Amino acid sequence: MVWDILIAGFLVLAGVFGFVGSFGLVKLPDPMTRLHAPTKATTLGVGGVLIASMLFFATKQGHLSAHELLVTLFLLLTAPVSAHFLAKANLHRDRPEGLPRPEASDWATFSPGTDTAAEVLAETGDAPPLTPPQGRDH
Amino acid sequence: MRKLFPHPQLTLLLAVVWLLLVNQITLGSLVMAGLLGTAIPVLTAPYWPDRPRLRNLPMIANYLAVVLWDIVIANFIVARIVLFMPNAQLRTAWVAVPLRLTQPEAITVLAATITLTPGTVSADLSADGRTLLVHCLHAPDPEAVLHSIQTRYEARLLEIFA
Repeated sequence: MVWDILIAGFLVLAGVFGFVGSFGLVKLPDPMTRLHAPTKATTLGVGGVLIASMLFFATKQGHLSAHELLVTLFLLLTAPVSAHFLAKANLHRDRPEGLPRPEASDWATFSPGTDTAAEVLAETGDAPPLTPPQGRDH
Repeated sequence: MRKLFPHPQLTLLLAVVWLLLVNQITLGSLVMAGLLGTAIPVLTAPYWPDRPRLRNLPMIANYLAVVLWDIVIANFIVARIVLFMPNAQLRTAWVAVPLRLTQPEAITVLAATITLTPGTVSADLSADGRTLLVHCLHAPDPEAVLHSIQTRYEARLLEIFA
């Protein structure tokens, strides 16, 4: 009975955060802010379902299930990568007003033809010289 | 020994992930885990010529605990902003974070951490790899965000990847 309540509690918590993540997509004003809702609120949403699932299998079915740990691991690994892609795609579409500039160079998204690793190699003399960055006319 | 296991941590990780995937410990799954854990690090070793050596295990555990805690807090903060704050009050901000970290692996971990934690998403890296561009959902004080990223996460990563 106690377990039932605990499992139900985690499921409700997960549902609430899943809802908040989706609601944020609708409510927030522009693409960059919309990115914030699904990358975070959903982490706890999915996490809640997974904790409930582990508790359910451990207490009701009598065997430990570890798949949930893997799902959590892969979720935490992939969420930042997809968020980063979306952010870069959004920067490409329209360079935002008030974007700070890095000290020595420009952001990688606006510097076609440059590659950090290749530049380091060029500095140490182990790679062919790079073509200079193209003009930023987008 | 070094030749057979060029990357012991990766070997261990692959074996554990395989055992979690099959979700049972039998002789067959243990043998398969051992095979994968041995073969994959040997085959992929050429792709990691200067991989960082991680020895500071207590600091790694400390970092994971801090990040997991912050992820939970981040969910509540973002949920409150989404549900109760009118869009007009939202103070979005771009923050350029000058990096003291130099290794690509360390910068990747920092960028992923920033995306998963309170109200910030890492959007881009400068072409020379020395500055990280971070977007804040609600930051009345961007300086404080910069300070917390540098002291809370980057300082720990500097110790881990020293």
